[in-house]
Amino acid sequence: MPYPGYMEESIRKVEATRQRRLKETFPRITLEEKAPLLQKFHPDFIEEGMRKLLVGPNKGSRTPNEMADVLEGNSRIDPDKIDLLRIDYDVDILVIGCGGAGASAALLAQENGADVLLVTKLRLGDANTVGAQAGTQAADRPNDSPAIHYLDTMGGGGFTNVPELVEVLVRDAPGVINWLESLGVMWDKNPDGSIHELSGGGASRLRLHSARDYTGLEEMRVLRDEIRNRQINYLEFSPVIELLMDDKGQVAGAILVNLETNELSLVRAKAVVIATGGMGRLHIQAFPTTNHYGATADGLVLAYRVGAELIFMDTMQYHPTGAAYPVQILGQLVTEKIRTLGAQLVNADGEQFIMPLDPRDVVAAAIIQECRRGIGIKTPTGEVGVWLDSPMIDIIRGSGTIGRELPAMVRQFGRYNIDIITEPILAYPTLHYQNGGIRINPEGATTVPGLFAAGECEGGVHGRNRLIGNSTLDIFVFGRRAGRAAAQYVKEVKPGSLRLDHVRQWQRELERAGIAGSRAISPLLLPDYASHMPDYLPDYGRQALAVGQIKIA
Amino acid sequence: MAEARMIDIYIMGSRYQVPEGLTILTALEYCGYRMIRGCGCRAGFCGACATVYNFKNDPQLRYDLACQKTIEQDMYLVQIPFFPAAKALYNLEEVEANGEQVLKLYPDLVKCFGCNNCTKTCPQDIEVMWFMSDALRGDIREVAIKSFDCVMCGLCAARCPQGLVPYNIALLSRRLYGRYLAPPSKHLEDRIAEIEAGKFDAEIEELRKMEQSELKRRYAGREIEPAY
Repeated sequence: MPYPGYMEESIRKVEATRQRRLKETFPRITLEEKAPLLQKFHPDFIEEGMRKLLVGPNKGSRTPNEMADVLEGNSRIDPDKIDLLRIDYDVDILVIGCGGAGASAALLAQENGADVLLVTKLRLGDANTVGAQAGTQAADRPNDSPAIHYLDTMGGGGFTNVPELVEVLVRDAPGVINWLESLGVMWDKNPDGSIHELSGGGASRLRLHSARDYTGLEEMRVLRDEIRNRQINYLEFSPVIELLMDDKGQVAGAILVNLETNELSLVRAKAVVIATGGMGRLHIQAFPTTNHYGATADGLVLAYRVGAELIFMDTMQYHPTGAAYPVQILGQLVTEKIRTLGAQLVNADGEQFIMPLDPRDVVAAAIIQECRRGIGIKTPTGEVGVWLDSPMIDIIRGSGTIGRELPAMVRQFGRYNIDIITEPILAYPTLHYQNGGIRINPEGATTVPGLFAAGECEGGVHGRNRLIGNSTLDIFVFGRRAGRAAAQYVKEVKPGSLRLDHVRQWQRELERAGIAGSRAISPLLLPDYASHMPDYLPDYGRQALAVGQIKIA
Repeated sequence: MAEARMIDIYIMGSRYQVPEGLTILTALEYCGYRMIRGCGCRAGFCGACATVYNFKNDPQLRYDLACQKTIEQDMYLVQIPFFPAAKALYNLEEVEANGEQVLKLYPDLVKCFGCNNCTKTCPQDIEVMWFMSDALRGDIREVAIKSFDCVMCGLCAARCPQGLVPYNIALLSRRLYGRYLAPPSKHLEDRIAEIEAGKFDAEIEELRKMEQSELKRRYAGREIEPAY
């Protein structure tokens, strides 16, 4: 038996209401009902989880404490000890990060004539892109249009999105699907060649382009292969720890560290594209996360220190359905595609409490509300969650649908002897996405000359809440745009001589604010799970000395 | 503090006691190993944490992803942080989507003698040896479909006695299929042409300039296509 006996009893209740629920449509939330639900239950609205930034371009704006800790961090370098005349790499464009956005930027920059160096903290392609399961939005069916996609995206974001960015997002989308296919991405298709498209939370049309439930993996492994085929230079395990500027106030390169040898190297570049992704591994409010090991908001820290403005830094996306059981996969992504295909969310009594395809912020808040009401299901390790009734899918769409459409999910739960074809999944919100980020214009340019940004590290496209399938669209739309725009920029820019004065100024600002002594160093680079087991895991009472407490003679 | 039974595991030969229920990855971290290589998405999708293990009294090697596999009593663990594997370079626009092309780029494919080590090694339970024989026969579509769930962890290449790289042969086949053999999508081509012709410009412009109250009214009243 996969679930403990008492959880099986709750599953019997879920099964008992299933036939009735198959005919039952839970009403979508109205705009009037949405605001109070979010204010009461969405983690973005927990006051003590936030504070105002004391330094930098966004001084005075609110952001989660964990994000403030890294944004207000001390530099990892002493500018006086860096020899700016010893250049290790001299290139046109440095791209930092190699998920979907960085890979797209590198490819387009090279196509447009630039000499590109791509650097990444882990391996090429180790990024949140590979974990994206459900699909990519693009309005390409006859009953759909970029205008409808625009309206859905604005509504999902609470009408706060930057309109110019949403416009290019929806307009470029069909072209992105085509570009990926021309590189060899295999979309799920019908025999006549039409793309097999699905609905998604907050989308008013079937618009999701999938590759089984391995969509991001398929996109990433193709782009990674193309980077290798085109012999674009890249360095792995080499994160950037500080950007370089020149005496004209332009971004002009970066300092890298080799994670294995700690050796520093200097890159001089006429333009830099930041594509470092999100922040899930900061574990905001001690949430588990769907994010990859390196998602520590490094790019935001780097950009912030050279004066780039950030927007919407007070809003994070909690994916409604992280795995709540078993503990081995706690917080890992349970794709929204499961709801797209027909699964409802139900409480311990087998009753619905939210329309499963409402936008993510709403669904996450509703699940938290249900659990606070005490009608969630508690796991043996003390987690709580609600049921995602996956067996409904095969009942609605025919036997075999789950196996065909969701092989990754079947495999993931099957490892722990849970058969999602016959039994529901226990789910609870998990930290998933950074809605905000570095402010950009439609060409990916930030507010600092020479600095471009693309993908999850930028903000404004999604306003206060991103829709399903718009992130794996964002990375390609803005990755391509940033790569192209940077290639154009380097043809015109007149570089000055390298400087690190911005780091000295930053340290002085920390001193003036009285926080230089109390803040850790950043960017974080990797979470330190070896010293501290993550807070979201059960407390096993591990006693270990943190690194730094040990003196070795 | 959670009650958990402690079990013995061996990391590169050293014994540690860890609480039952951890994965190989979290057990390594519990023991104080800070991962740099051998750790990526931590969710079974990226293939960074290919791992090999056996048991104290059972020398037979097993293979899995460290982030997904639960630890068991007396496991002997080791990570495979990197394995050198050949990748053919090619220009996708200048190749042909047929079996000869695959053989030309990966001529060693003919050396496969069907030992089935690759299949036995695959943490995704993919029929690797079968798609290798499909590749030998030039059936690109079959290779693409059978290999689709590959996370490219590299274990198949690490265990192949002939030094073949099944995951790269599979990737080549999938890209050839996606680019040349999958039927084209007319609705996608039509829409791209419409966008280029400016068909939606006026409508988007109108929405972009609209008062927020009106935009909200449009949103609330929009027609929603049934999900199924």
